[in-house]
Amino acid sequence: MTETDSFFETPAPAGYKGIWSWLITMDHKRIALMYLFVILFWFFGALILGLLIRTELMSVGKTIMGAQTYNAMFTLHGVIMIFLFIIPAIPAIFGNFLLPIQIGADDVFFPKLNLLSWYLYILGSIFAISSLFFGGPPDTGWTFYVPFSVSTNTNVSATLMAAFILGMSSMLTGLNFITTIHRMRVKGMRWLQIPLFTWSLYATAWVQLLATPILSITLLLVVFERMFAIGLFDASKGGDPLLYQHLFWMYSHPAVYIMILPGMGVISEIIPVFSRKSIFGYKAIVASSMAIAIAGSLVWAHHMFTSGMSDVAVFVFSLLTFLVAIPSAVKVFSWISTMYKGSIQMTPPLLFSLGFIYLFSVGGLTGLVLGAAGTNIHVHDTHFVVAHFHFVMFGGTGFAFFAALHFWWPKIFGRMYDFKRAYVAATMITIGFIFHYMPMFILGIMGHPRRYYDYMPRFETGNMLAGIGGYILITGIALMFVNLFLSFKNKRDALADPWGGTTLEWSVPSPPPLHNFVSPPEIKDYPYDFSDVVKKFKPGNIT
Amino acid sequence: MKTTHSDTKGSRLGMWLFLYTEILLFTGLFILYAAYLKKYPIDFIEGGKELSLFFGAVNTVILLISSFAVAASVTAIRKQSAKLSAGLIAAAVMIGGVFLFNKYIEWGQKIHHGIYPNAPDLVNGPPGKNIFFGLYYVITGLHGLHIIIGMILLCVCVFMILTNRIHEGNDGVLENCGLYWHLVDIIWIFIFPLLYLIV
Amino acid sequence: MKSSQENHHVMEYKTLIGILCMLLILTAITIGASMIDLGKLNVWIALFIASSKCSLVVLFFMHLKYENRVIKLSFVVTLFCVAILIGFIFWDIAFR
Repeated sequence: MTETDSFFETPAPAGYKGIWSWLITMDHKRIALMYLFVILFWFFGALILGLLIRTELMSVGKTIMGAQTYNAMFTLHGVIMIFLFIIPAIPAIFGNFLLPIQIGADDVFFPKLNLLSWYLYILGSIFAISSLFFGGPPDTGWTFYVPFSVSTNTNVSATLMAAFILGMSSMLTGLNFITTIHRMRVKGMRWLQIPLFTWSLYATAWVQLLATPILSITLLLVVFERMFAIGLFDASKGGDPLLYQHLFWMYSHPAVYIMILPGMGVISEIIPVFSRKSIFGYKAIVASSMAIAIAGSLVWAHHMFTSGMSDVAVFVFSLLTFLVAIPSAVKVFSWISTMYKGSIQMTPPLLFSLGFIYLFSVGGLTGLVLGAAGTNIHVHDTHFVVAHFHFVMFGGTGFAFFAALHFWWPKIFGRMYDFKRAYVAATMITIGFIFHYMPMFILGIMGHPRRYYDYMPRFETGNMLAGIGGYILITGIALMFVNLFLSFKNKRDALADPWGGTTLEWSVPSPPPLHNFVSPPEIKDYPYDFSDVVKKFKPGNIT
Repeated sequence: MKTTHSDTKGSRLGMWLFLYTEILLFTGLFILYAAYLKKYPIDFIEGGKELSLFFGAVNTVILLISSFAVAASVTAIRKQSAKLSAGLIAAAVMIGGVFLFNKYIEWGQKIHHGIYPNAPDLVNGPPGKNIFFGLYYVITGLHGLHIIIGMILLCVCVFMILTNRIHEGNDGVLENCGLYWHLVDIIWIFIFPLLYLIV
Repeated sequence: MKSSQENHHVMEYKTLIGILCMLLILTAITIGASMIDLGKLNVWIALFIASSKCSLVVLFFMHLKYENRVIKLSFVVTLFCVAILIGFIFWDIAFR
């Protein structure tokens, strides 16, 4: 066993073999891979649920399932995708793996807490699964709105507890990351030398830390209501159901930024590497990450414009909502400007990133339609909203997740995948995506409500098209993962720096050794200085 | 390269971050309190008058004293008087027990008078009163749970001091558990006037 | 092992007792203030006194006064967050 052996060969704590070298490990890289494993499991599960929902909607009337099953399916699709996939995906997998390496540390600050977070995630998963089999799957939608969530006879409590525990897991991950970034940066790395992915995780971690407790207490209150019927949200007992919505969105709107910020961080890493050009506006991107984290916490009530809130609140929250567009746009402009006059190298991660920029922009701009109080009344709770947030969450975070998988796959596993299949998959996913969600914008404007089991015949064409797009999308995703998994047949021979990256993770072997760094990391004055890379990598020699 | 575990500054930062999550957790309840106070000012005053000022005040005073004891025990350990330190922590745990006992009596009296969640008197009475007592039970219940957790943490500290695992050079655990106990006290500092002293 | 020495501020017993006395006096004042009916002002007075007590505990019992900038700043951010959440809800309920 030598210093440079990869972490796959070096269990930590030492001496354990097989499954135990994983289950009680405190190595941040192994924990990241354990997250990858379970998160992908849930992602595939929720994808299938989503596909079944769209299949049901492809024709008027009953197609493949009954209404109650349909309700359970969209609830589970939402709960799993949000709490078990999107929120943990990038921070827990790539954040855990890369954050310590990017700041020159050998692990996170609280390795035991890190493992505990993973176990909390598993416990939450178990609660989520158990709600399927005991007492009937929940049918409230992932928002658990009262009074229905209090009065329904399905087993909502288990799902609520699942979300509660998963929130705790996410909170502890955030706590760990903040402490790590503050205390474990390698000597000489100042704040403005931290890579942008780590910066985005830092901003995210603060939102995770300060917003998640509000969700915890809200979900607990609903559980209490179900157990003791206190009446805090029950209008007949003096309660105010709208306050539930306030509390819920106080977390769940910032949660949108927990989901998207790490994705933006990924894109900020990928674009400069393949443009062979320093990132445009490093400080602006850092500042906009923090600004999004702050402004994103002030706008929660824009989900409630039609709920019966006061007109003053509608006005204020609509105004504030427009503010969030500014830092988001700053980032998009920075990415585009980075590519301008760059020496662009096309690779699968870059293709996914380009998809991200386009789809996220569409998602962001349609968000303004929803944020404007007037138009919101028209499209509230229609398929327009469904299309909007899938463009942001899937077209944004989902694509960033795929881009990150392709970008760091050789680093994590030491194996390179086939580019051709990856390009085909990326193209199929993008085309399928647009076919799948574009019709929903139109359906929404025509008035097709979301979450309805059935609809009027005039919506059938749009739903049919969306369904077909969905199948193309899923095929593309399947192809993408098959391609990635096929790389395990290749030799483990990926270079330490296959792309020409400049941040610290590209200075260590692929896969990294147990303590990450063989020799003390060298800190550059500026993390995105490509002058050496341009000399070393001639155009077109990435294979 | 493993230097992390002696970094008490870092673990204290972690502890503070954790305390922030606890503050935000209770903030959720204070948001409800603020909103409902705005909606039912009269009923809340009526409800506050039904709570025992005596129990509230006694609990406030003893909790403040216990907080002092915990702060003093950190001083004691740094002045190398481990026995005194352990004694002060043990006193704080005992005070926590008295606090819970008072709470038990108080809840018992209320329940005896037909004031408990979903009680017929509350459900059919003025809506604001039902909300006030609903919040009363949730807030003090959750706070009581935190007292119990804090007591467990402090017991661990006593044990660790007596077995010399917490000492003058290594008091991070004691300090962090102490921070938790102070936080529980701070929450009560706000609960007391909001629930008991509302006029 | 640098950390075991740094930031080891020792609060003297005398100071701690002084703080405790102030806390008890403030408790008495807040109870006294609640006996006088000042209308809406009562809530604000109670909150002000509670905040003062809270500051004493945080600054001295919890040593925040002697902590580094990160913790001080992040604590203020948290309080700001709490104020925003409680404050902004009144955009709705105060105008309904």
